[in-house]
Amino acid sequence: MDSRDKIDRREFIRAAAVLAAGGGAWMAARPDAEGMVWQIDPAKCIQCGRCATNCVLNPSAVKCVHTYEICGYCDLCSGYLQPGAKARDTGAENELCPVGALKRKFIEEPFYEYTVDEERCFGCAKCVKGCGQFGNGSLHLQIKRDLCVNCNECSIARNCPSDAIRRVPARRGYLFKQWVSGEESEG
Amino acid sequence: MIYRLALVTLALAAVLGDQAGAEYRFPMPEFESGYERPQMEAPPPKLTSPVVDVALLAGLMALTAFAVLKLRSRNWVLTLMVVSLFYFGFYRKGCVCPVGATQNVFNILIGDGAPVPLLISIFFLLPLIFALYFGRVFCAAVCPLGAIQEACAVQPVQIPRTAENVLGMFAYAYLGLAMLGLYTGTGFLICRYDPFVGFFRLGGSFNMLMAGGVLLVIGIFIARPYCRFLCPYGVLLRWASIFSRRHASVTPAECIQCRLCETSCPYNAINLPTPAVQSEPRRAGARRLGWMLAAMPLVIAAAGLAGVLAHPLLSRLHPVILLAERIAAEQRGDFGDLTIESEAFHASQQSPAELYAQADAVRRRFRAASAAFGVFLGLAFWGRMVRLSVIRKSPDYEIDRGACLSCGRCFAYCPVEKPNDVAA
Ligand code: SF4
Ligand code: SF4
Ligand code: SF4
Ligand code: SF4
Repeated sequence: MDSRDKIDRREFIRAAAVLAAGGGAWMAARPDAEGMVWQIDPAKCIQCGRCATNCVLNPSAVKCVHTYEICGYCDLCSGYLQPGAKARDTGAENELCPVGALKRKFIEEPFYEYTVDEERCFGCAKCVKGCGQFGNGSLHLQIKRDLCVNCNECSIARNCPSDAIRRVPARRGYLFKQWVSGEESEG
Repeated sequence: MIYRLALVTLALAAVLGDQAGAEYRFPMPEFESGYERPQMEAPPPKLTSPVVDVALLAGLMALTAFAVLKLRSRNWVLTLMVVSLFYFGFYRKGCVCPVGATQNVFNILIGDGAPVPLLISIFFLLPLIFALYFGRVFCAAVCPLGAIQEACAVQPVQIPRTAENVLGMFAYAYLGLAMLGLYTGTGFLICRYDPFVGFFRLGGSFNMLMAGGVLLVIGIFIARPYCRFLCPYGVLLRWASIFSRRHASVTPAECIQCRLCETSCPYNAINLPTPAVQSEPRRAGARRLGWMLAAMPLVIAAAGLAGVLAHPLLSRLHPVILLAERIAAEQRGDFGDLTIESEAFHASQQSPAELYAQADAVRRRFRAASAAFGVFLGLAFWGRMVRLSVIRKSPDYEIDRGACLSCGRCFAYCPVEKPNDVAA
């Protein structure tokens, strides 16, 4: 009888522990916590180049993206061309991108469209830096959600010198740079 | 980490604010040729359904419990292990896993309190609940970290029990460090130093792959080194399993002391029978226990003090401390060049004084956390000493419920047959 009692008590404690833990988890979990994803805040990124090397994936889940709305479609693109480039053509020696992932296409005089070949781009941020320094800053880096495996602790975020990477709700969409009208930029 | 999450809403406003202030150097062209600007591609994440993950976790653990307790078949355990190695390991790339989920859950209590998705808390809890009822069936076949090590353990040898007991303390230290990381906002250390995730993702930093490789090579002989000597979640599972309702046993019926299983467990999880005649009188044992109880406050105080003394060292895990030290050294003129971090700092709006104040706050948190860490370790150490010095009484070969990973190796060594086999 004595040992029966002991077993009953153990059983009770076990059940109570399970209930308490389960209940706690249920209360602590929040529906809005579902689907958080890592994103780069383009306003904070300083183009240090670590996105290319610190992702657990190789090649990195970070790619260059282009907000076409704010691109000047310049012939002399500081994201596309090496600083002292002799000619504005597609010769590899003139291109800033080390892997030729930025593509240039003539649209109409004097405008050129620049697109990123995601297969090639590895997120080194060279073009982003060039574009931001001397251009409109339309090229920027972003974590591509279809590639990112959503690590519990993003290994780039931990090494990002400007703390530019954080979790955002998946519902919120990508943190792309957006076009802001001229009036607003005055005020 | 703390402010990173706390500022989500603020920062969102800042993105817009910053851009509102941005000047575009070149006007955006109006095209005459009818050219339309391409849409930006925004592909959604390829998330697998959480329901599938949870169903597989629960299903595999239930099957493992069945294989261990009813079928008593190591082959079934191995089969289930391969399934979860491929799903949770290579397909889900080692994330989500209960070992890492421990941090998300404890983060609510002692960290920045970031909300935890239900999936993560279920992943944290289910293996513990199973351990409370059936022992560490999660470790047996479902944990991807365990599985990859088990797959490498081809030539396991037994290590001395003393070594087992000493090395086992590192797992407590790791658990304590992970908690320290949460409390101080350093980050998720368990994920950061996960040695095997690089293999699941077929790539990773050199150090990560190196550490994982070394552990796997050691694991050929000393089976599952991470599980036994490091895994922080294993500490929790161990305690749940000690109180488990049912648990794998070496023998299906009564132990006949044949000694055949004595060398079968590579994890030293089979307790040897105690000699029938006690080697020391009861009084001596009781007196020793008394001394140990008396020593407890001392051990704990010493460990806590050691923790406080170690806090400057531990605090260097935190990026703010490293940055503050670097900036201070630069201001003294110790360095000619800048690091990427210090460049980013100089470009930011923050002043060195603000940074130092921030670093001081972080250090204070570290001091408190290191003291707690020390006390925790002291207590764990003391508890283990007590357990080792209390003489068990058992005439049989018995499984140590805390240490046993339910791998099923020992089953085949026991010559005793199931009672109903005999009776029928
Ligand atoms: S690590 Fe940070 S600063 Fe560096 S490129 Fe990536 S987002 Fe930008
Ligand atoms: S320069 Fe770097 S970031 Fe830009 S397109 Fe090329 S690889 Fe991608
Ligand atoms: S969460 Fe992981 S996969 Fe995604 S960008 Fe960060 S490190 Fe790469
Ligand atoms: S001890 Fe830890 S790593 Fe090993 S199988 Fe168990 S949970 Fe996984």
